[in-house]
Amino acid sequence: MTDLNTLKYSEEHEWVAVDGATATIGITDFAADALGDIVFVELPEVGTDLTRGDVFGEAESTKSVSELYSPVTGKVVEINDAVVDDPALVNSSPFEDAWLIKIEIAEGALDGLLDRDGYVAITEG
Amino acid sequence: MTEQLEPQGDSPRYTPLRERHEALGATFTDFGGWQMPVRYTSDLAEHRAVREAAGIFDISHMAEFTVRGASAAAYLDFALAGRLSAMTVGKAKYSLLLTADGGIVDDVIVYRLADDDFLVISNAGNRDAVREALTARVEGFDVTVEDVSDAYGLIAVQGPVSEAILAATEAIADVSVPWAEQKYYTWASATFNGKPLLLARTGYTGEDGFELLVDAADAASLWDALVAAGAEHGLVAAGLAARDSLRLEAGMPLYGNELSREIRPAQAGLGRVVVADKDDFVGKGAHVPADDARVLIGLTAEGRRAGRAGYPVVLADGTVVGEITSGALSPTLGHPIAMAYVDPSAAAEGTELFLDVRGTKIPATRTALPFYRRKK
Repeated sequence: MTDLNTLKYSEEHEWVAVDGATATIGITDFAADALGDIVFVELPEVGTDLTRGDVFGEAESTKSVSELYSPVTGKVVEINDAVVDDPALVNSSPFEDAWLIKIEIAEGALDGLLDRDGYVAITEG
Repeated sequence: MTEQLEPQGDSPRYTPLRERHEALGATFTDFGGWQMPVRYTSDLAEHRAVREAAGIFDISHMAEFTVRGASAAAYLDFALAGRLSAMTVGKAKYSLLLTADGGIVDDVIVYRLADDDFLVISNAGNRDAVREALTARVEGFDVTVEDVSDAYGLIAVQGPVSEAILAATEAIADVSVPWAEQKYYTWASATFNGKPLLLARTGYTGEDGFELLVDAADAASLWDALVAAGAEHGLVAAGLAARDSLRLEAGMPLYGNELSREIRPAQAGLGRVVVADKDDFVGKGAHVPADDARVLIGLTAEGRRAGRAGYPVVLADGTVVGEITSGALSPTLGHPIAMAYVDPSAAAEGTELFLDVRGTKIPATRTALPFYRRKK
């Protein structure tokens, strides 16, 4: 189980797990619950350069479409094909099986992200 | 800066089943001024339960009107698009309430309870409009129209095992027609704990099923009884999200999406609902659409990316020829489906159509409605 306190969060409901220079990015359980059943996920190609705030994909639920915003700046080095094949993973395992992309992060990319308490505070607002 | 409070409109309304929904952990949404459960657990699980076993829906927000009097049948022939006088007691009929210029005020289901006694069920959001239209049309008829919406709770049980669930609900008794003889679009009378219950074999999901009308005060105990009897049959509570995806698969129009005051019945594929040779009825003559009026079609696509309400339908060169009114990735069929209004020229056989899904053109195939038809 991922310790949610070790993750960083964006106000757009993405989570970031940092391992050295690589950031793994997904969307939170809060976002997944709010969206409902996810039926389609579109992810960028490996090699795409993303600037923080860029739209890197879409998550589509039975009722709505949400754009996915990159919480960090860097280059996409890996995408999770499993979640493209089975978007329901976003609902069943948002913090583990349904990671979305891995980014080789630029320096200072994590500034301004929230910790767990900060994120929980905005979802309870 | 001080925060401004949002202006408060009419306060949200809840059905008699509010506490049941809250106990089940429902997510609520506003629907026609009502706070209604949109889902309890998962849209898809609730959808599948209705296709494979059964789902129970709270539809108490819908509006009910009684139409009674010696000329009730003749009045309905005048007030609605169909010939309700031809319907025998025990039957139900889908009909339309038209404006004087032929647009659609609402789609309704009419039940003939007795020779001079009818029940009309309309959409929640159109309750006021339907009441006004029905009331305005009584002149010259011996008839009384009454809005009885607040007096009743309405619960739908939909899915292939619906009959077994109702038959197993012990508090339902005195059923006037044997279960196996209750045909689609008929109703039977019964009692629930000794009080009157109307059992209508109608619904909005494309499955076999029932809509049960009881006193509002008894709605919660009826819900409990059905849930208890249905547990071993796979009955689950289902919300508006599942209701919407089910009705779309079944090709059933939704007011506000496929139907409006600007739409003539034939445009929506409902020309058969209008009995044009009646002597007189509101909307007569005006109900026929112009030759160039857009028509409703069904579209299917491959992949998983669905077109949604409001998205354009385009030709290969990008020319916009229509607009999607309802669209989803069909949970049952596994591919995208949509209903759309398109120019008559684009509805012609062989026209290559595309869904414009946020800038991506997805090839679509015209498909006869419904997308899904239950096995008999």
